[in-house]
Amino acid sequence: MARLDGPPWLQRRREAAFERYTTTPLPTVEEEVWRYSRIPELDLDDYAPLVEAGADGATSPGPPPAHLAALVERLGRCSALVVVRNGRVLGVEVEPEAAELGLEVGRLADLDPEGSALGSVAGEAANAFGLLHDAFAADPVLVRVPAGVVVPAPVAVLHHTDVAGSATFPHLVVQAGEDSEVVVYDHAGSDEVDALVLPVVELHAGAAARLRYVHAQLLGPRVWQLGRQVSRVERDATFATAMVALGGDYARLEVESVLAGKGSSGEMLAVYFGERSQMHDFRSLQDHLAPRTTSNLLFKGAVQGRSRSVYTGLIHIGKEAAGVDAFQTNRNIKLSDGAWAESVPNLEIENNDVRCSHASAVGPVDEDQRYYLESRGVPPASAERLIVLGFFEEVLERLPTPGAVPALRGEIAAKLARRELEGAPARA
Amino acid sequence: MAELRISGLRAGVAGKEILRGVDLVVRSGEVHAVMGPNGSGKSTLTHVIMGRPGYEVLGGSVTLDGTDLLGLEPWQRAAAGLFSAMQYPTEVPGVALADVLEEALVAVGRGGGDVRGRMRAEAERIGFDERFLDRPLNVDLSGGEKKRNETLQLAVLQPRIAILDEVDSGLDIDALRLVARRVEAETEERDLGVLAITHYRRLLGELRPDVVHVLSRGRVVARGGPELADQLEATGYAGYAEADGEQR
Repeated sequence: MARLDGPPWLQRRREAAFERYTTTPLPTVEEEVWRYSRIPELDLDDYAPLVEAGADGATSPGPPPAHLAALVERLGRCSALVVVRNGRVLGVEVEPEAAELGLEVGRLADLDPEGSALGSVAGEAANAFGLLHDAFAADPVLVRVPAGVVVPAPVAVLHHTDVAGSATFPHLVVQAGEDSEVVVYDHAGSDEVDALVLPVVELHAGAAARLRYVHAQLLGPRVWQLGRQVSRVERDATFATAMVALGGDYARLEVESVLAGKGSSGEMLAVYFGERSQMHDFRSLQDHLAPRTTSNLLFKGAVQGRSRSVYTGLIHIGKEAAGVDAFQTNRNIKLSDGAWAESVPNLEIENNDVRCSHASAVGPVDEDQRYYLESRGVPPASAERLIVLGFFEEVLERLPTPGAVPALRGEIAAKLARRELEGAPARA
Repeated sequence: MAELRISGLRAGVAGKEILRGVDLVVRSGEVHAVMGPNGSGKSTLTHVIMGRPGYEVLGGSVTLDGTDLLGLEPWQRAAAGLFSAMQYPTEVPGVALADVLEEALVAVGRGGGDVRGRMRAEAERIGFDERFLDRPLNVDLSGGEKKRNETLQLAVLQPRIAILDEVDSGLDIDALRLVARRVEAETEERDLGVLAITHYRRLLGELRPDVVHVLSRGRVVARGGPELADQLEATGYAGYAEADGEQR
């Protein structure tokens, strides 16, 4: 049997994970965190990991796909650029100024000879998909920012999938050293292929570091994503994650942020918008382990056509976590009768010295807002398009990579335009 | 020449009749004031003419140059040349005024002009801070700023008939003068017809009405020239029956 390449420690890690995987059942919707998911539809036999040399297309060097080049153009200056194709690193560029400052970006197997970074934030795989990921992650990427360094421009990691029937397992580790500062832009795209992507992202914000991360998910309409993003925020550090999920057939992301150090703070933002029969599935955890920590979550979603979305979120306040502020807001706009959105916020509080709030809503476009625009002479479909774009703007305007925003906004507008073509439903 | 004709209009909310037969005609270049005590049906009149959801027409008609407005969607009424400046303009997060005005102008085949330039010019004319033009629509604006924003939209959209629902409330005296003069200029330069709904006389000091209608319990109970407004200022609405409550 062909094997993935890599140093001996990585081979051993994969083998151990695979062994555990063979005896671990797949999750079922009976488990709360998989409730409402489309996991019963998944047949892993439809996909195969790319282990043969050359099967992933990454061994043939060459320019990245044209749309990635356009994306790079829009992003503007980047301190580093990594292109990952079908789970393997195709190319790495670090601008000289950033390299001089000590920014390290590249294959984890090269930059981290003992592999201590892998799993340093995410820990042990939590379920069969996590084990599968660990067994087949071909080429993890590491971004390491030394203590005290401010990386001048974003680090862009661009993932692309183009092999039909493939299962790929991208892995990204970001380590922001003490008092450092970095913005990471992580893009997931694909051709129009049937594929399964199981990405894992580990984000570590060292003491007093400022780490901001953006995940733009623009996968093709037949791709399944089962993803996990874990962050650990140390003392006085500031962490922010922003997710824009527009693609995929079923795209799930578990987002966990651990506020581990006193005075640390975490912001979690998301925009998701489904059309046709797409489903976006977010599970969030704001885990406050230390005193005087702050977390603020704002997830905004919309569903049109027959699409579905799930948001379930938990705020956990540990016993030691006194003086905590934790907020969680999830708002959803339901744009058609056939669409469906679920929103389930939860609190688990072990320390009473906290300020906590959660709010969730699912509903149609606000009637007063629509009437106001219509009374100016804006036709209903245009009014709804403006209102939905405005609804998402609150998140989009806060992305730390402004160069990426117009294209994301354009993608949202294109979805709304397709809705107008399909014919918006009559008003209630 | 445009003509808004309201005939025998009866309307209500949640099964409760509020307008009990209103007759009123506004023509190009004319300024009509509708005054009345709280609960007389003034705001309901605005909402029903513009087509706000939640209001039920029970009888009568509203036409603009013979076109039945009551059979049209609100945006179609606007496209026909009607504008309503709201008493409580709605905040629309994340939506820019320029985009709204552009969409509205495109819908009536008047797109493609320099909307931003006209917005700036109008803002200056009514003392509306230009900074507000880039804010999300009405978000975090004071009551007076919202009214100026409504006036600016009126001036850019150039309707044939405008309904001003308590446009004076929330405006200080200087702002009131600027707004009233701006509307008056529209009546003189572009022959705009105006239906100004107000509880107080102070708007009418600046925007001189041709006709004053007194609305009470959903009916026009008195009609006269500007002197009727002066008389109401002196006597109040005591002479007119108070209504039993009004929505919105």
